Amino acid sequence: MHQQIQSILSLYHCDKTRLIDMLWDVQKLHGYIGDEAVGLLSDGLNMSPLDIRETISFYHFFITRPSGRHQVYLCDSVIARMNGYEDVRAALEQEVGCAFGEVNDTNIFGLFDTNCIGLSDQEPAMMVDDVVFTNLTAAKVKDIIGQLKQGKTAGEVANSAGKDRRDVAYVNSLVSDNIRERGEVFFKPGLDYKAILRGCLNKIPSEIIEIVSSSNLRGRGGAGFPTGLKWRLCGEAEGTEKYIICNADEGEPGTFKDRVLLTRSPKDVLLGMVIAAYAIGSRVGIIYLRTEYRYLKDYLEQQLQEFREDGLLGNKILDTEFDFDIRIQMGAGAYICGDETALIESCEGKRGTPRVKPPYPIQKGYLGQPTCVNNVETFASVCRILEKGSDWFKGMGTDESTGTRLLSVSGDCERPGIFEIEWGVTLNHVLEMVGAKDPMAVQISGPSGECVSVAKDGERQICYSDLSCNGSFMIFDKSRNLVDMIKSFMTFFVHESCGICVPCRAGGVDLLHKVELLLAGRACQKDLDDIVSWGALMRATSRCGLGTTAPRPLLTTMEKFPELYQQIIVQSKGPLLPSFDLEEALQGHEKAYKTLVPEEVK
Amino acid sequence: MSVRITIDGKVVEAQEGEALIDVAADNGVYIPSLCYVRGKPCLGTCRVCSVRVNDSVMASCTVPVTDGMEVKVNEPEVTDMRKALVELLFVEGNHNCPSCEKSGRCELQAVGYEVDMMVSRFPYRFPVRKRDHVSKHIFLERDRCIFCQRCVEFIRDKESGQKIFSIDDRGTKASIEIDVELADKMPPEQVREASDLCPVGCIIEKGRGYDEPIGQRKFEIQSVRERALMGDEK
Repeated sequence: MHQQIQSILSLYHCDKTRLIDMLWDVQKLHGYIGDEAVGLLSDGLNMSPLDIRETISFYHFFITRPSGRHQVYLCDSVIARMNGYEDVRAALEQEVGCAFGEVNDTNIFGLFDTNCIGLSDQEPAMMVDDVVFTNLTAAKVKDIIGQLKQGKTAGEVANSAGKDRRDVAYVNSLVSDNIRERGEVFFKPGLDYKAILRGCLNKIPSEIIEIVSSSNLRGRGGAGFPTGLKWRLCGEAEGTEKYIICNADEGEPGTFKDRVLLTRSPKDVLLGMVIAAYAIGSRVGIIYLRTEYRYLKDYLEQQLQEFREDGLLGNKILDTEFDFDIRIQMGAGAYICGDETALIESCEGKRGTPRVKPPYPIQKGYLGQPTCVNNVETFASVCRILEKGSDWFKGMGTDESTGTRLLSVSGDCERPGIFEIEWGVTLNHVLEMVGAKDPMAVQISGPSGECVSVAKDGERQICYSDLSCNGSFMIFDKSRNLVDMIKSFMTFFVHESCGICVPCRAGGVDLLHKVELLLAGRACQKDLDDIVSWGALMRATSRCGLGTTAPRPLLTTMEKFPELYQQIIVQSKGPLLPSFDLEEALQGHEKAYKTLVPEEVK
Repeated sequence: MSVRITIDGKVVEAQEGEALIDVAADNGVYIPSLCYVRGKPCLGTCRVCSVRVNDSVMASCTVPVTDGMEVKVNEPEVTDMRKALVELLFVEGNHNCPSCEKSGRCELQAVGYEVDMMVSRFPYRFPVRKRDHVSKHIFLERDRCIFCQRCVEFIRDKESGQKIFSIDDRGTKASIEIDVELADKMPPEQVREASDLCPVGCIIEKGRGYDEPIGQRKFEIQSVRERALMGDEK
């Protein structure tokens, strides 16, 4: 053990900012991260063992006790539950012989829940070790678990043809890309990356920034910050080093377009990063890849390697004085790491706690230096803008939302998958395109976005000034119970809150409690009023986007579908609120009387 | 550079980049807070210092002042938000002032009075949290922890710089932890510093509980408001 940990420590030069990589290496080696390993790491890094535990305990996929030879993480999301999740869950418990949250008697399997794993177009889905299985049924589960019991690895079961993990065929054997509608920007085969980059390197950095600025490209992660402006500010900021980070922590439930981009057009993304690096003067780039996409890692490493061999990465890129290389940083399971400052903390080996702003990452980001964090889709767009020009890009979409956007469509429709749309199309247009029958509501931008009514909002435009969309597009038809969906979203936010600030950590729990009261038929008008007021508190005072957006599903469904809530609230009878359960409250006395009062007194 | 901002309609002068909460205090406007310590880096965890800055609500400890900023502190809506946040803290843990050693020197209690809290609007949760007596000089009464992070960030082992206090897990499952080995090496003045820095009665110095009589304690002699306006670091 000592030897192993020492070699892990020396692999990362005892650099504590690489703690997450070290923890992954330990977990791969031992199956979990035990006390002894933590002690050795703490000695090597001059950190107290509890300081290391701070990081470990923050992340969902780090495990600290033996949890079976195979760890099964079944995705529990709204979309999974619309597609047969319950049957699959029951089948897993049946075949494995233990309940969720436990390890079975033979110590072969551990069953765990997990949130959306970026496969909403092929749910139910589960992660087993380093692979995923999609479109699950009870029969399929039986077959998979049976093969694992016979001693096969999860990789052997998922990839029975034995494809090379560095090859796209391997990724194809695990997941489908389901690209349904193509547009002008993404998934174009045969791009001449060398020619595009050479064109860029013939310009001075400020010219590149000018092209990106004049294209009006806005950040595709959701917030829509102008990309050119971000680059200019980062380029102008003072620092000894500058960093480019690609945010591939696609954690918003319902979105999966970055997974498909990284599978189909990884080099568009990489070239976008190289161009950004040249524009702002960076030598080091990081792709922060969520654990749920770890089956893409070897494939992406191969893409990086090919870029290096082609002279598009590394020292003296295309024989100029420009040096730039990229490493992949694996996440470890935390939705909050999609927030750029939390992501940077995570890249530094720490808990993914969003930072206090200012300073902003463009001023002080990764390792305290100016850092430019952009989304996968933003970088892919950059690659095409520099190939075809900003006028070409501006010719698509609307004046303030230029270009195209990838939608990850899931839920009640005939064609779930990826759709490239021009900004400005209406909600109804998209619903028709995807074959949605009888749609009632669409959750735009995932739980952190807004729930819209198809009847009321059908003609609204998908663009930054109207229906801004980060790519997640979940459709619910008239047979669905929206309040159930809201409960799932609120549970998600409570689970994913980092806990650093009061309104998000504590307020989310109270809102979830209110939703439970609503579903139990024990809420009255006062509870709805509380939701509005407490939701406003969270929106106004939370530290980061998680807390400020967490009440939105609840508030927007109340606004769009007030009748749903009016139907389920009850009137107070007498002086007591319906949420007060008199029977339950009195049980405490009965229990105390039974256990505390001596027999002779009774 | 000197700048001018307005706080509740009054024009005040300040140095650009100074924390808004300090500028307000220096000009006689008290903004309650439970994590901020003047002179130390901003933690931005409790949000109890939220005020309105140019129409958006912001935690005033996180706001560097800039010229022309319009700040509203004692406006009804944001005043109620600060109160609500304090109320949230009271229900999230177990805070029984009459039986707490920290009563009278507890910032949560003192700020509770300042925001006029009578009872919490949120349902009490009565969480079950384990206390920790293992360290020689300190016991952790986790019922009272409000996760302000002061101890995590500001109390470090003198020799190695390592963290003595840390947070385990996240969100609602988070708990404050103490490294017993390092804690046992803390000199007495550092133990006192940690226990005084704790805004509630979570980090308790063993053997100290009632060294000052109730009625003559920190916030009983001088309110948290008066102390903040005098520039007290806490």
